[in-house]
Amino acid sequence: MNLGKTLLIAPFLLLCTVLLAACGGGSGSSSSTTSGGSVTLYNGQHEQTTGLLVKAFEHQTHIKVKIRSGDEAELGNQIIQEGSNSPADVFYTENTPVLEELQEKGLLAPVAAGTLSSVPRKDDAASGDWVGVSARVSALVYNTSKISASALPSSILELASPQWKGKVGFAPSETDFQPLVTSIIKFDGKAAAEKWLKGLQANSRVYPDNETVVAQVNNGESTIGPINHYYWYRLRDEQGASGTHSALHYYNPGDPGDLVNISGAAVLRSSKNQADAQKLLAFLVSNAGQQTIAHSQSWEYPLRPGVSPAAGLAPLSSFHATSLTPAELGNGSEALAMEQRLGLL
Amino acid sequence: MSSHASTDQLTGRIGRSWSGRRRWPLVSATGGAVVTAAVLLPVIFLIVQAQQSGWNQVHHLLLRHSTAVLLWNSVRLAVACTLLCAVLGVGAAWLVERTDVPMRRMWAVLLVLPLGIPDFVVGFGWISIDPALHGYLAAVMIMTLSLYPLVYLPVASAMANVDASLEESARSLGLSPLRSFLRVTLRQVWPAVLGGCLLVTLGLLAEFGAFEIVQYQTFTVEIFTEFKLGFDAAAACALSLVLVLISVAVLGGELALSGRGRVFRAGPGAARAGTRTRLGRWRVPSLAALGALAGLALGVPVGSLVYWLTQGNSSTLPSTSILAAAGHTAAYSAAAAGIATVLAIPVCTLSIRHRNRLTILIERLSYLPMALPGLVIALGLVAFSVRHAFSLYQSSFELIVAYAILFLPLAVVGVRSAMAQASPRLEEVGRSLGSGPAEVFRRITLPLIAPGLGAAFALVFISSSTELTATLLLRPTGVNTLATQFWTYTTDFSYGAAAPYAGLMVLISAVPAYLLSRRMRTISRIGQGA
Repeated sequence: MNLGKTLLIAPFLLLCTVLLAACGGGSGSSSSTTSGGSVTLYNGQHEQTTGLLVKAFEHQTHIKVKIRSGDEAELGNQIIQEGSNSPADVFYTENTPVLEELQEKGLLAPVAAGTLSSVPRKDDAASGDWVGVSARVSALVYNTSKISASALPSSILELASPQWKGKVGFAPSETDFQPLVTSIIKFDGKAAAEKWLKGLQANSRVYPDNETVVAQVNNGESTIGPINHYYWYRLRDEQGASGTHSALHYYNPGDPGDLVNISGAAVLRSSKNQADAQKLLAFLVSNAGQQTIAHSQSWEYPLRPGVSPAAGLAPLSSFHATSLTPAELGNGSEALAMEQRLGLL
Repeated sequence: MSSHASTDQLTGRIGRSWSGRRRWPLVSATGGAVVTAAVLLPVIFLIVQAQQSGWNQVHHLLLRHSTAVLLWNSVRLAVACTLLCAVLGVGAAWLVERTDVPMRRMWAVLLVLPLGIPDFVVGFGWISIDPALHGYLAAVMIMTLSLYPLVYLPVASAMANVDASLEESARSLGLSPLRSFLRVTLRQVWPAVLGGCLLVTLGLLAEFGAFEIVQYQTFTVEIFTEFKLGFDAAAACALSLVLVLISVAVLGGELALSGRGRVFRAGPGAARAGTRTRLGRWRVPSLAALGALAGLALGVPVGSLVYWLTQGNSSTLPSTSILAAAGHTAAYSAAAAGIATVLAIPVCTLSIRHRNRLTILIERLSYLPMALPGLVIALGLVAFSVRHAFSLYQSSFELIVAYAILFLPLAVVGVRSAMAQASPRLEEVGRSLGSGPAEVFRRITLPLIAPGLGAAFALVFISSSTELTATLLLRPTGVNTLATQFWTYTTDFSYGAAAPYAGLMVLISAVPAYLLSRRMRTISRIGQGA
């Protein structure tokens, strides 16, 4: 009987301690951050890069940043549900479609003109509601022991041809994939894009995310896989030279696969800390912020003119020529509908 | 027996009667109302959201060919996994609790642990053993191996509590061990078996993450696509209502299977462990079977963790305190497990001791969270709290409440089987000897259902400790748990840095599993001493 009682009482006691600890912890941290204002950042970017950027920003401005990291799409849905009550001041994402979606719903505030002009105007929102911060280039990862570089396709369209049957791995549910489909729609039309998707579907293994695509090409389960370039560099960092059995291949310039994806940031219209939030955005595209990105081992391209990318990366200007603008990429709904129709999602 | 049932129903339904008797049902009724409100919150969110959508679009989505394929994928997976989990869960529980198989304590802990391993680790482990592992059979195998503890744990705790005298009578009347098991033992643990199967079925309907890695797509994929790529919460919620409809059918089916048969003990009130079945020459094969199950379900994922640990770790992520993350995980999970277990008591008291249409409905409703994707429940809580309880938004309290709602069905299953085994006669005797309802509950009911409470607590604790989706949305800004840190590192390829977090999740899950196994031993000892 006593055992039964303790079994019931123990959780209660635990709950009380937790609640007390939570309340105590909460009030303690908020009172200690009064010195230079504070902003809340909803972070859909890789935490590594964001952490370094925020640290440098806090050091420079004494504005405290509370980082809330998550999947960018889930954070986007969360902001939509929060509406005008959102605790978020700034939203930093890996891709632009989620920002375009929030902009369409009227949830973003205009970005300060000086911030927008720190990076090439084509890398910002057409509306001026978000600013481009960094870029990734679409590429093909291939297993070096299964195929030689000379046999690789020069166009992404070739991935759908029968010679690649059973050799391709890709992640159609990743936010990185729709831009490729959108790009093919814009270059070659809907019919061609649909035909390409069907061919790719017949040739490929479907993976949950880009991390898995790179890993499975690297270990030889798949021979080639379309990804953004930085996934491969990060895998190489983790695996070291001895564990890396893959390399990157870029499509021909002007190919629909020769695509640059922008990572951007925005201030929420509902933010009660507009000034500090704008300061954070300005920092992300400042020389200091962009240098941080270039040296953070995130392997992303800084966008600010004059800041060079990490050593070993081909210059961004060699890809950029025909890539779609974020406005042309939009929120990706057309590509999404096509993928759904074909049962890829 | 039937006259008792109807008296129960009358006192449960009609307000007047002796004043003393009314107090306790009132407490249960309040608890039932709280549970109903908590469970209906996400469902109301679904309906409100779904109404904002063009139903046209939903129609369009539902009538696609691929939707039918995905629904069929969900159903055939749920059926196969549920049957396999039932066989593995009941078999393992019987070996550990009712036979003289060696190293019972160790098995009791090891067999529960697969529930505490993140899906990602499980999937990764299997793929690294066999990269060609894909499709239906792979999904059935992997999901069975990670979900069978949902059957094992409630059934094991029910078996520890089985009335030995019934089994002994059956054997003495000439029933073979097998027939005595089927006709007496299994019958007594039937609510636990059905409950566990219900959890597996409903959980699989809502499952998403685990299948990606074996390339098996289910209906939930459509919901996530609408949310994450289409940002169309309305369409996603409308599709989720389809899951609710399927769950209603499953819940109705389970109700029909459970019947109205009473399983409580006829004999002595205190649990008394009977003689365990001697395995004899089946000892080695039985050990091998348990070893194979634990080896596959636990060994493969733990193997991949060990492999990660040996890999280089180049992470440049700021190292946060692993102990702080572990502390948050343990505290949140324990609090959620406590709340869910306590809330499950009135639900089961009402549906078993005061059985009528309304109380059965409340119990059925309490299973719904299991069949909804965690993202739907978490977004429902976001939408609700941001408007009506902003001071609680993204607080520890809200996260704990979210866990408690998400995993309430696990607690109900744990408590339900114990409550069904406990004889109401003893409570009646207590009342007739002049004890108040609170005292009867404390001195009679509680000790009788204690193993069930322990199982409920352990199930909710373990499931909460690996929860990721709701945690990312609702945790206090800046707070990390083991699951969020694990996620951060794996999305950054830092598997070496991620491994200790997953390892700690497994270790933390071992704590309630170990305490529960000790507790069940204590019961057996008390019984043997008596």
